[in-house]
Amino acid sequence: MSSIAQNAPGKTVLLMGNEAIARGALEAGVKVCAAYPGNPSSEIIGTLAKVAGEMGLHVEWSVNEKVALEVAAAASFAGLRGLCAMKQNGLNVASDFLLNLNLTGIGGGLVLVVADDPSGVSSSNEEDSRIYAKLGDLPLLEPATFQEAKEMTKTAFEISEQLGLPVLIRSVTRVSHARGNVSLDELPKGGPKPRFDLSRPRCAFPALPNHKLLHERFNKAKQMVEELPFNLYRGPEKPELLVVTSGSGYMYSLEAVVNLGLRDKVGILKMGTTWPLPENFLLKNLKKTDRILFIEEVDPFLENNVKETYAQNCIALGLKSFFGKASKDVPEVGELNPEIVTHAIQKLLNISYEPRPADYVQRVHEAASEIVPARTLGFCAGCPHRATYWAVKVALVLDGRGGFVLGDIGCYSLGAGPSGFGQMKTLHAMGSGAGLACGFGQLDRFGLEQPVVAVCGDSTFYHAAMPALVNAYYNGSNFLLLLLDNNATAMTGFQPHPGTGSTATGETAPVVDLKAVCEGFGARVEVVDPFDVSATVETILKLLQDEKGVKVLILKRDCALVSAKKQKSLYKVEVDQDRCLGESCGCNRLCTRIFKCPGLMWDSKTEKARIDEAICTGCGVCAEICPASAIQKEVA
Amino acid sequence: MFLSKDPFNIIIGGVGGQGNVLASQILGEMLVSQGYVITIGETYGASQRGGAVMSHLRISTKDQFSPLIPEGQCDLLVSLEPVEGLRILDTYGNPRVMTLLNTRPIHPIDVISGNATYPEVSIVISKIKELSRRVWTLNATEIALEMGDPIFSNIVMLGALCAIGVLPIDRQGFETIIRDLLPSRLLEENLKAFDKGREKVQES
Repeated sequence: MSSIAQNAPGKTVLLMGNEAIARGALEAGVKVCAAYPGNPSSEIIGTLAKVAGEMGLHVEWSVNEKVALEVAAAASFAGLRGLCAMKQNGLNVASDFLLNLNLTGIGGGLVLVVADDPSGVSSSNEEDSRIYAKLGDLPLLEPATFQEAKEMTKTAFEISEQLGLPVLIRSVTRVSHARGNVSLDELPKGGPKPRFDLSRPRCAFPALPNHKLLHERFNKAKQMVEELPFNLYRGPEKPELLVVTSGSGYMYSLEAVVNLGLRDKVGILKMGTTWPLPENFLLKNLKKTDRILFIEEVDPFLENNVKETYAQNCIALGLKSFFGKASKDVPEVGELNPEIVTHAIQKLLNISYEPRPADYVQRVHEAASEIVPARTLGFCAGCPHRATYWAVKVALVLDGRGGFVLGDIGCYSLGAGPSGFGQMKTLHAMGSGAGLACGFGQLDRFGLEQPVVAVCGDSTFYHAAMPALVNAYYNGSNFLLLLLDNNATAMTGFQPHPGTGSTATGETAPVVDLKAVCEGFGARVEVVDPFDVSATVETILKLLQDEKGVKVLILKRDCALVSAKKQKSLYKVEVDQDRCLGESCGCNRLCTRIFKCPGLMWDSKTEKARIDEAICTGCGVCAEICPASAIQKEVA
Repeated sequence: MFLSKDPFNIIIGGVGGQGNVLASQILGEMLVSQGYVITIGETYGASQRGGAVMSHLRISTKDQFSPLIPEGQCDLLVSLEPVEGLRILDTYGNPRVMTLLNTRPIHPIDVISGNATYPEVSIVISKIKELSRRVWTLNATEIALEMGDPIFSNIVMLGALCAIGVLPIDRQGFETIIRDLLPSRLLEENLKAFDKGREKVQES
């Protein structure tokens, strides 16, 4: 791999946007980097963790985003440069600290990268985190290319130090999780010795003078952004249409303008500093035309702020028409792509564009709609969560009182879908299943008769569920928490956490024992292996019958993808073609129709189940559920 | 070799877990080392397997492009799974597209559960042939399984991609990148997979 730690100025390497941000931080001499993993941000700190030793950094996976930002801020208070990264939901967690940190100011450069996930491809929401910059009067930069992601990160450290404020960088999936050529610069050597200057206490209180100071700093930022190289105009001197864009929207806009052959008619105003806006630069460019289109993901942040600046200067600028999310020329929700931008420009300029012949489109649509089956996302073959949800489903049916599962964020969120048998009934924030269970667990006094079950992953437990468990014991709530311990932060790329025994940089760490923690919080705790389906069903049933207080069942089994890296499969699994009775069994195809692990196949010729040897990981769970004992497992 | 079009747009698609991300990264590194300007967009996020996934690669001699290829603009499709090939052509295909196809199906859970049907592979191939200018096929998964691990199928496909001669890549370039990218103990197996792909691919 093109290591991000190579000191090779001038060399061009292929970097992911997140790697480019990490390289930018290294070129800026960062010393402390902290994050809680969350897509699409995870590779920023993940990449830095790999080079922490050779570069002499402290890199950590913190238990949550608030702690991560506090860790990075401490470095900054002591005069070192700190980097913190998170996804959009993470900034909600860290925001309480951030919106006081802006008042105390910082010392060494402090950069907070937030990677948003438009369309919520791997998130519960598609929140636009840029609003926090406005809320906190903090400078905000938005990279549009990989090279710019690196340069902006470097610059962010500089302006952070000059202003005494943390600087936000807002990335999105198509910048963070995309790759391109990046030219490297020099890596610095050495750095200052950390010292917390006791004559400069960092206390947000009293708020008023600190708020005044923040505004002075923010006004300085307004001047500073006028000079930065990240805002530029490409196009004719008098365009018919001006596209004002930021982040991923810039490349889509360029592509759309070229494909439509409109380079001499449409101008593109690329904004890299989107809060505060460079007012003089902006006004100069708004004068170029009276028709303006906004292209950005997700909310009309740039759109509204540009309009605000325009309103303040409308006498000088004259009448203008604005197009974007407010006018519904651009979709109000979801990720953008080159087509959306192309169609918006096409419609406004009333020109036609045919990317491919109409008869081809018709033929390919026909072929695809006739024979291409849907491909629903589901748990991996051999995933312990499938076994867990199976046991939950069976136990709740046997219990018979209409019990339900409250969930939160992780791979196990798929428990709401077909691969988790639709068991999970709520999904909000990290730890919210346990928190909701605290409330549901109080409703028996009003006559709620349904058993209350919450699910929570191991990493999520440390992140946000511990306070809920403390609350439950203290306030006397009654529910069962299923703690899905798969020994990794699996959804974001198997990062270690306090229960795994290793740190971000691969060093051995003390294990924060889940069972001991839960017992310490006053819960009744049991541990099972979800692959032992009957024992799991029995234990869940037993704990559902116990109607006093908080029960925790730890379902301990490594993530299938983690264990595949460490060991061979547990079992060799095969379907005995004589024993499998197919449709005539009476099981109603339990293994494939209901359990539907992707390691199984239904052979339409023999009308019997089969194992797909390219997919099966040998967990042996299907052998336990087959009523005809046709699925057989043998220790591998 | 020079590009027949600039940017030249490649999609590597398949099912989550088949290794399209690593394949696109290796291919991208091979091309960057030759001085091309590469942009790669990837449709991944959650690590779960089983969904339809794609990597978009854009090769240019001069510029970076959008990490998503515009509708109907794919020049070369490398599909690690048959119906996924057709699914991708539906949005990105055009009469000049060339397709390299792994013929081994992976059944979606919708098919496993009986809610949908998986078509005969021969029908999928013939549809793809009707919709592509040229088509090459091989059963990369079977080759990888013969080697002892289906994980090699993406590398088998890269070998096949090298052999069809559409891109300016060669075995030497692959070896250099693999030495850099993966632990040395994996070098020999990966080279073997690459060579098997080069050997077995056929124009269909």
